[in-house]
Amino acid sequence: MHETMVAESLVNSIIAEAAKNEGKPIKAKMSCGLLNTVNDEVLTFAFEAISKGTICEGITLEIEHKAMKGKCKDCGKEFDFEIVEPRCSHCGCDSFELLPDPPLLLEEIEFQTE
Amino acid sequence: MTNKRVQLGRKILSANEEYAQENQNLLREKGKYCLNMISSPGSGKTAILARTISDVRDRVKIGVVEGDIQTDIDAERIRATNAPAIQINTDGACHLSATQVNAALHQIGLNELDLVVIENVGNLVCPTAFELGEDGKVVVLSVAEGDDKPAKYPAIFSKAKVLLLNKIDLVNMGAVDFDVDKAMADAKRLNKDIEIFCISAKTGEGMADWYDWLIRKAGK
Repeated sequence: MHETMVAESLVNSIIAEAAKNEGKPIKAKMSCGLLNTVNDEVLTFAFEAISKGTICEGITLEIEHKAMKGKCKDCGKEFDFEIVEPRCSHCGCDSFELLPDPPLLLEEIEFQTE
Repeated sequence: MTNKRVQLGRKILSANEEYAQENQNLLREKGKYCLNMISSPGSGKTAILARTISDVRDRVKIGVVEGDIQTDIDAERIRATNAPAIQINTDGACHLSATQVNAALHQIGLNELDLVVIENVGNLVCPTAFELGEDGKVVVLSVAEGDDKPAKYPAIFSKAKVLLLNKIDLVNMGAVDFDVDKAMADAKRLNKDIEIFCISAKTGEGMADWYDWLIRKAGK
């Protein structure tokens, strides 16, 4: 249900950006990390509900999930951290450092101009 | 018809993160340790805190920020131990935000405390996504909830510094089927550094080791 707050923040950011740009926003791209635990269906539903009656109504929301990276202490390589099987995908070692989880980002807005 | 793309790369929860940073700065400046306690409703967070506060009061002064959707029942339970408690009612929201915690930290009387515990809204998912400026997260899992929870709700177990397996007396008396070894192994698989304490806030079993950890972290 925290998706509601994410959706609200998204809508506010898009409204603020739309005021600075010509045209109507038609698509927004966002990305998130693993530990943000964003559910696409819930977020899209919340986004549509909160968008109603604003300039965001009808916008297509694209959500990209970015991997959280681990850095192996044995082979030194970076790998995509899998939450259910946390080990280096290169050498299988389970000794690694977790790199920061990608934050929730509003990456891009596409505006339709005349 | 032409389209224009505007690249932004803007943090969506930046308002929360700015307040989380401010909270952390305030706590560091005053030299206070802070924990964010997360669990399902009914796992025993408040019971653990009330007993902990009473048992360690000679060593560590604890203040509590209570998050609940409604009522100040939990803050009253904490105040009954003579510890300061600030109640936040989220009016339906499923997690605390750093803004709410910021206001509470300014009211709680930080100078008199060694440790601040933020008891988050009972929810094993959403609070995990919102940093509050704490030094670490404590996840509480009561045995009545089932031993599959670390596997089913991995994010919080992956992020937490400590796992408190509460109501362990129910396992010992055979009242619930809970495979302690499986739950611990699943949590360790997600997070090999997680510290696990099997406790009962009711009987006091296992609480001493948890207190030692807490006292060490509070710099005592």
